[in-house]
Amino acid sequence: MKIGIGLPTTLAGVSGELLTDWAKRAESGPFSSLGVLDRIAYENYEPFVALAAAAAVTRRIRLATMIVIAPLRNTALLAKQAASLDALSAGRLTLGLAVGARGEDYQVADVEPRGRGRRFAEQLEAIRDIWEAGRIGPKPAGSGPQLLVGGSSGEALARMARYGDGYMHGGGPPRAFAGAATRALAAWSDLGRPGRPVTWGMGYFALGDGPAEAAAQYLRHYYAFTGPFAEKIAAGNLTSPGAIVDFIRGYEDAGCDELILFPTIPSIDQVERLAGVIH
Amino acid sequence: MRYAVIGGGPAGLYFALLAKKARPGDEVLLVERNPPDATFGWGVVFSEETLGALRDADYETYTEIQNSFARWNAIDIYYRDTRIRSRGHVFTGISRKVLLNILQRRCRELGVRLAFEREVHELAEFENADLIIGADGINGLVRRTLAGSLKPALTLHPTKYVWFGSDLPLDAFTFIFRRNYHGLFQVHAYPFDARTCTFIVECPEDAWRHAGLESASEAESIRYCEALFAPELDGRRLMSNRSLWLNFQTLKQEAWHAGNVVVLGDAAHTAHFSIGSGTKLAMEDSIALVDALRRHRDLAAALNDYEMERQPIVERFQEAALESASYFEQVGRYDGFDPRQFAFNLLTRSRRITYVNLTQRDPGFVRGVDTWFGAMAAGSPDGAMRLSPPPMFTPFRLGGLELANRVASQARRDLNATAQTGTGLVISQFVAVSLDGRVTPETPLFDLLYQDHLRGEVERAHQNGSRVALQLAHAGRRGSMRPSSEGIDRPLREGAWKLVAPSPIAYTPHSALPREATARDIAHLVKLFETAARAAASCSVDAIELNMGHGYLLASFISPLTNQRRDDYGGSLENRMRLPLEVLDAVRAVWERPLMIRISAGDWMPGGVELDDAVAIAAMLKTHGADLVHPVMGQTVWESRPDYRRLFGVPASDRIRNEVGIPTLADGSIATADDVNTILAAGRADLCLLDAG
Repeated sequence: MKIGIGLPTTLAGVSGELLTDWAKRAESGPFSSLGVLDRIAYENYEPFVALAAAAAVTRRIRLATMIVIAPLRNTALLAKQAASLDALSAGRLTLGLAVGARGEDYQVADVEPRGRGRRFAEQLEAIRDIWEAGRIGPKPAGSGPQLLVGGSSGEALARMARYGDGYMHGGGPPRAFAGAATRALAAWSDLGRPGRPVTWGMGYFALGDGPAEAAAQYLRHYYAFTGPFAEKIAAGNLTSPGAIVDFIRGYEDAGCDELILFPTIPSIDQVERLAGVIH
Repeated sequence: MRYAVIGGGPAGLYFALLAKKARPGDEVLLVERNPPDATFGWGVVFSEETLGALRDADYETYTEIQNSFARWNAIDIYYRDTRIRSRGHVFTGISRKVLLNILQRRCRELGVRLAFEREVHELAEFENADLIIGADGINGLVRRTLAGSLKPALTLHPTKYVWFGSDLPLDAFTFIFRRNYHGLFQVHAYPFDARTCTFIVECPEDAWRHAGLESASEAESIRYCEALFAPELDGRRLMSNRSLWLNFQTLKQEAWHAGNVVVLGDAAHTAHFSIGSGTKLAMEDSIALVDALRRHRDLAAALNDYEMERQPIVERFQEAALESASYFEQVGRYDGFDPRQFAFNLLTRSRRITYVNLTQRDPGFVRGVDTWFGAMAAGSPDGAMRLSPPPMFTPFRLGGLELANRVASQARRDLNATAQTGTGLVISQFVAVSLDGRVTPETPLFDLLYQDHLRGEVERAHQNGSRVALQLAHAGRRGSMRPSSEGIDRPLREGAWKLVAPSPIAYTPHSALPREATARDIAHLVKLFETAARAAASCSVDAIELNMGHGYLLASFISPLTNQRRDDYGGSLENRMRLPLEVLDAVRAVWERPLMIRISAGDWMPGGVELDDAVAIAAMLKTHGADLVHPVMGQTVWESRPDYRRLFGVPASDRIRNEVGIPTLADGSIATADDVNTILAAGRADLCLLDAG
């Protein structure tokens, strides 16, 4: 299992300098990829823009959207942005797409949330065609960026199996990932896709004697839309090396291909500390 | 801390005593509307695991409980005048009244304030409390008051049940099944001391009405049940204790706490009585809540922690309980089973217990099932096979064809590579009956060239001991797609061909609009399948599987979502089945070997085919000479609502096999030998398609 690290694009007070520093340190560390999250009605950096900044200061590390809320974006433009980032980074993009979960984002983007699943499926159907057809360039190498699909419903898994290269899980304990991955595999096989889907997982961490409470507060805030569940997500933050090691082992046992650990404290030492734990 | 506990059942009392014990300085008040001795219900059951938790939580009450136990390790199943006993299931039971008395005593000893015969009208009565604990059951005040925050989902189960007690001395968890003129009745009975047992009677609502129990008094209900179960009661009597006929309600709630109020036990969740876990879950909740309160200084964090720890555990029990409940709700379906298979099916009903678990608990019982299964499979008299393999390795006779074992596999491309896995039956990949019936340019067309190729492949598969079913199909509106390595249902951009379907509805927003099949198209389609079947006979394939599932052409005639014709081939189910049955008839007329039919047993979409329809469809297929039904799910339409849970195709196989009486091949994420053996031994399918994944 490969291990990546999230860029701090959703944390308060992160400068461009910190973001690119973060990317450079991750590149020189034991990390396979840099992940970004996506919100609209939130103080965060737009995922493609942030990854473009990271791409400019790195050469090796993969760049992953985990995930981008596809129905909020125009399909042609989304395909073009992804193809551009992939081309500019020499094929390093893993494009994770999903419908997202926050009504607020749909509201501020002025997109009707009803029917978003079906529209998302249409986008998935279209996006690879756009990459392959060549009318909307740049033409990516091969069949385009690695395309992963997120979401926990049966519908999402069927879309993943039809159009994706694999599955992106939305976070939780290893047991939750294992259950979702098994169902993703079942969908893949049921729809007759050869081989098996790639699976990515995610978690949150905060290391050091830093303000653990601030980290939890960030998660509560970020997941406030889930109501009381936000508290559980905050409680699931990995705040000790031991917890991270257990978490990684759990994901590995569940057959995860790549696990991205997202920061909850906007401080550059988090990269070194995490590197120290996974080494 | 000041705690106010509402409800003096096991959950409330146990919480109160544990909380007081943890911090003697805290104030714990428990209020209960009934007097201390007024207890409803009879006995409760615990597993070994729960006892361990009770021992660790409070040794004093554990010792007392331990001394008042009935302990047993068998399950008896009375069915068709035989008794089947399975051992190795450790249970302990205790009288609910004795349990409550032990807990009440301990509460008093520790200094919990117990207020009996106090009715609570509103939560504001406890405004001094730091934490209010709702342990007042599914219909209690706390849960109802907080419904807005807890977000409850209640499911009403269709059967009627009633709790009795009896002086019948039992030494096993006992299930009794008895069919009379009114319907099928069943008993769930378990001992809780040497002389008394809980005796629950359950039946379908129509049986309950026919028997006149709707308007019967308690005494009349008792007389009816005593007469019905006279052979097992053996002169003993049934006793009532506010014994009313009820429908069980399953309660799930998104949250178990709101502000400074928390719920536990039945006020938080319920699980069907047939897995006997209500009290166990309630007392475990109490332990977890007290532990969480000790761990955290912050109340909100503690309540969260409690919820996070307990919810996944309770959900697993609720899932098992739902499976178990649905088994008992439809047990009439298995009324014709051999007692050994009936017992195996009952014991594995909740899917928590499998063939392997049962083998560990009671090897003798499983050996008995294996022996019966093996003898039945081999067609030899009972017991003739002394060393019986597990069910998956027994032979199966499909029509006149003998399969070496009961595992089937789906060839993706190369038949022979699949045959080398040793499965008794290999189903070929989708082979098209016409050029425009292909799914992708890679889909083989059943022409002379392919037939030649197939002959060689079949011969090699036979050498491996496998039998081969040729899957014949027409893609319909799912045709003209790109190779599956590039994704599924992605339309071809170059070299596309014209599509045909019952109605002109495209499969995906980007795929081509099919032409509506004309009468000539339909006649031609029948001919295509017939011609292919004739040719198949010359390829030494052992069986034909007609694919009438997954939204391909024949499937799209069957589903109302995709067939909107107004002629004889659309409308009623009979009309929608007309073409599939014409194809079946035409093939049957020229093909004498086994004929299997793959159908979508559910469209996973409102307005589409559901399991009830699938049963009717399977019955028609049987009448028209099909030898086996292979139910799959979904893919009828592009965007449906699939449910890819473990073994998702097995319920359809179970229903079709046991309601229609036709052999079935179970499909849908069956990945282990244990699953295969469980499904076969329980009679939920005759063959299993192992998902190589």
